[in-house]
Amino acid sequence: MGWVNAIIQGVLTGGLYALFACGLSLMFGVMKVVNLAHGDLAVVAGYVAIGVITVTHIPVLWSFLIVVPLMALLGYVLQRTIIQGALDRSVLITLLVTFGLSVVIENGLLQFFSANSRAIGTGLSLVSGSFTLGSQIQIGYLLVVIFAVAVVVLLGLQYFLSRSRYGRLIRAVADDREAAQLAGADYRHVFGIAAALAFGTVALAGIAYGMYSQLSPTTGTDTILLFAFAAVVIGGLGSLWGTLLGGVVLGVAQQIGAQINISDEVLAGYIVFLAVLVLRPQGLISRRAQS
Amino acid sequence: MTGPGNGATGPGNGDRPDNGPPLLEVCDLVVHHGQLRALDGISLRVFPGEVYAIIGANGAGKSTLLRTVAGLHRPTAGSVRFDGQEVTRLRPELRARQGVVMVPEGRRLFGSLSVEENLLVGDSYARPGPWTIERVYEMFGWMRERRNQLTAQLSGGEQQTVAIGRALVANPRVLLLDELSLGLAPVVVQRIYGMLPQILATGLTVLLVEQDVSQALRVASHIHCLLEGRTTLESRPADVTADQVEAAYFGLAGTASASPPGEGGEP
Ligand SMILES: Nc1ncnc2c1ncn2[C@@H]1O[C@H](COP(=O)(O)OP(=O)(O)O)[C@@H](O)[C@H]1O
Ligand SMILES: [Mg+2]
Repeated sequence: MGWVNAIIQGVLTGGLYALFACGLSLMFGVMKVVNLAHGDLAVVAGYVAIGVITVTHIPVLWSFLIVVPLMALLGYVLQRTIIQGALDRSVLITLLVTFGLSVVIENGLLQFFSANSRAIGTGLSLVSGSFTLGSQIQIGYLLVVIFAVAVVVLLGLQYFLSRSRYGRLIRAVADDREAAQLAGADYRHVFGIAAALAFGTVALAGIAYGMYSQLSPTTGTDTILLFAFAAVVIGGLGSLWGTLLGGVVLGVAQQIGAQINISDEVLAGYIVFLAVLVLRPQGLISRRAQS
Repeated sequence: MTGPGNGATGPGNGDRPDNGPPLLEVCDLVVHHGQLRALDGISLRVFPGEVYAIIGANGAGKSTLLRTVAGLHRPTAGSVRFDGQEVTRLRPELRARQGVVMVPEGRRLFGSLSVEENLLVGDSYARPGPWTIERVYEMFGWMRERRNQLTAQLSGGEQQTVAIGRALVANPRVLLLDELSLGLAPVVVQRIYGMLPQILATGLTVLLVEQDVSQALRVASHIHCLLEGRTTLESRPADVTADQVEAAYFGLAGTASASPPGEGGEP
């Protein structure tokens, strides 16, 4: 019974990890940027959500209506300024620049908010409650909601990318930047839009994690970024649905690890991550296979 | 190789239109790739309705010239003017929106997009004009039937046609064509160049690059031969002999356009 529970919990946690991962995957897939500040930006979004809730007293669940557009705007601006500036020099420089951004954000958060961790208190029984399956399996509503949000986000991203004018341009620019320019597309603007989408998902990731667990200034790198990386690599670089598959595999591996020995939870996830990296470096879903 | 004397069957085989300003004007263009001087003082003028062909051997600088006109390379010196406006420093996407649209060498279709999506991208910043996706489908019936396929599933000739269609739906004023014949069977090349009159009939101007000289002579109203980044010949096809073209193309002795057919000493 414990195993079934572990798998169910693992699958649901996979939704959260997919939220962590899809923005990272999008930024890499479109502009070949590995955003090392990805997790820290999610933490920033979580802190902003806490601030917004405190100041405006809006219902916690609706805070995303403010935080997501704010983060999307930040994504556009960061992409058009420092990230594009780094890209113009080399892809390697983007690693250094986003690493620098990560360090700055983390230290900024420490400076202003101290090292204490904080949670986004939902205060809602719907979210903090759970239901039981059978006799021993207890499922938290929150994880179910987060999983559903992840699926909706992935569906929305896929719909946008495959159907909208800008989605098409994003794919075109990812394929061949120069050819897109010859068709009149300003690839910098298109990159900016892709970054805005990615940062929107980063905001949701930060808020979701703040509700599920706790945020501290270092959560961004020691948890969110690492799990996002693992999910992206397991699922397949640049594949959107791969992030859900990768998240689920990571989540299940962690839960099974915890089942064996509680201290093996995180380790088990990384072992699967390494195994995929060695045995199937293109990930479980390779990008070409997805359409 | 067909004799250039009777080769100019395309439109504009009469006098060069000296009345009216050129649509495209390149002056003393110098372009470097790193240390390499790929173009060294190239000038040309393309008048409305012309088919202006750049010929030259592999590595002569033809693509560099076309890409610089499209805005993909920044020249070290010289200028590019389009419709009387200086565009030398204008970004390629803005040139495309003004009507300078290129079909790049090697087609460069968007590999993860379907045929129709490739056309839709071409249409994204289109100027108003006669060309629509519908019109492209009317011209190439097969394309409508295969519009949902990925372009990798098409033959080379079909891919080249999609690349041309993607450029046409933007309604260019000057269409830049870089080696349409590359990697295609002669019969397919014939078919693709056979579309040119229909395209010209909609009022656009063509600047093309071609390594296949006989093909260029057949369709062009004006030819311009490059050799190692320099002009070796500029003429109407009717005014040069095959030997003169050959001499200019390969850089044989006495390549000046006025010189008699060369005897082929080392340069
Ligand atoms: N991006 C580039 N970087 C460095 N050298 C280049 C580049 N593009 C072209 N070249 C060089 O410039 C010269 C002219 O090339 P190109 O314009 O492609 O010639 P063509 O189209 O006539 O074959 C060649 O020597 C080629 O190797
Ligand atoms: Mg070339």
